[in-house]
Amino acid sequence: MKYKAVVIGGSAGSLKAIIKILKEINNEIVIPIVILFHLSEDNENELPLLLSKYINNIIKEAEDKEQIQENVIYTAPAMYHLQIEDNLKFSLLYSEKVNYSRPSIDILFETAAEAFNGNLLGILLTGANTDGAKGLKRIEDLGGHVIVQEPSTAYSAIMPEGAIKILKNPEVISLEEIGKNLNELMGIRE
Amino acid sequence: MTENELLKIEEIELKLFLQAIYLKYGYDFDNYTKKHIKRRIKRRMQLDNFSSISKITEKLLYSEEYFRKIILKDLSINTTEMFRYPEFFKMIREDIIPILRTYPSINIWHAGASTGEEIFSMAILLKEEGLLEKTNIYATDFNLNVLNSAKKGIYSMEKVKKWTKNYQEAGGKKSFAEYYIAKYDSVIFDSALLKNVTFLEHNLVEDGSFIEANLIICRNVFIYFNNQLQERILKLFLDSLTRGGFLGLGSKESIKYNESKEKFNEISFKNKIYQKKYLE
Repeated sequence: MKYKAVVIGGSAGSLKAIIKILKEINNEIVIPIVILFHLSEDNENELPLLLSKYINNIIKEAEDKEQIQENVIYTAPAMYHLQIEDNLKFSLLYSEKVNYSRPSIDILFETAAEAFNGNLLGILLTGANTDGAKGLKRIEDLGGHVIVQEPSTAYSAIMPEGAIKILKNPEVISLEEIGKNLNELMGIRE
Repeated sequence: MTENELLKIEEIELKLFLQAIYLKYGYDFDNYTKKHIKRRIKRRMQLDNFSSISKITEKLLYSEEYFRKIILKDLSINTTEMFRYPEFFKMIREDIIPILRTYPSINIWHAGASTGEEIFSMAILLKEEGLLEKTNIYATDFNLNVLNSAKKGIYSMEKVKKWTKNYQEAGGKKSFAEYYIAKYDSVIFDSALLKNVTFLEHNLVEDGSFIEANLIICRNVFIYFNNQLQERILKLFLDSLTRGGFLGLGSKESIKYNESKEKFNEISFKNKIYQKKYLE
């Protein structure tokens, strides 16, 4: 299989979007997915529990120094940056905000792009700032496949538009299409 | 040249960069997580208009001042706040302090004390609990510059609003404003709070144990290290804790992926407070 992982980024408004995407995927996903949304600092992360209703895979919050496993969907904790090291372990970072965000999508995407040497899918959803654009560009530059939510269908278009501006060849599609395409791109366990 | 080829070269340059620092100045970053270091160095490249990591390596080899003032600062993380993650301090106050109170004197070690925000938080808490006089606080960091800044206790006024909220949520008993004086855009914290604080240069990567602590606080430092270095540091903490002594880590840090976890009891999963077992 060409792609070894999927990374998905968006702001808090992307919750509905990710549910729509997951609903399109009926069977178990084989490659790991890492989801990072901008969440408020006080938010104790309930994302895994929330999303587990829509998919059969194990969904859990990524932990520091945890080895990334197949078949698992990871969510980024609030308050920390999430990185993927070259040994494919997560590492957390409590440093300054990037693009006014912590966690920052750029940091996850850029480190994932390098750790997987470009063999990954990057997906950027709705959001009200331009975090994620540079990270998606890094994925594209290293040979990965990049998908951006069609801005007109996004709750807030700033994030997808920011990315489309700097990418060479993004796939710009609706949420339903993202879900369907993922079935083909990711390799689904029947 | 493709981006993938450039990436491979960059990885080589990063290794040479870290080796140069180690050979010239003795700081060993080999067991730090690399992605963060790389990010900081690439930012430095842009800021100082270097065309490659190797150019920075050359510069730091010939200029100690550049290394100490710029690069060492880039490589240390000093993002912190007072009463950060207030629940942690609330638990220290309500559950740990009552135990420490029974001792004739108390030793607390803040490892990775950075610019001092947690030192002041702890000192304020101890003062309100009437324990400041009988407590010795050891504040250590591998970067002397940040410790010197901690000693001054001067912070930007804009941070105080958040800190005040944190202080209240952490169970603060007074008005937070009693602890500082505002001047222009800055606040200066009461230096009497630091009366029993000893500031020491100490590098967790290579230095040994120097006290018997009843409580070690090391929050959001652990995550910068790989498993191997985490294990070394946990052993150092075990050597430095009294039996039944406490260890406080950052809210998303854990000793779960470390061998030495067996030597600790978990007091609070949420607040990441551990206790060294009495018998081993």
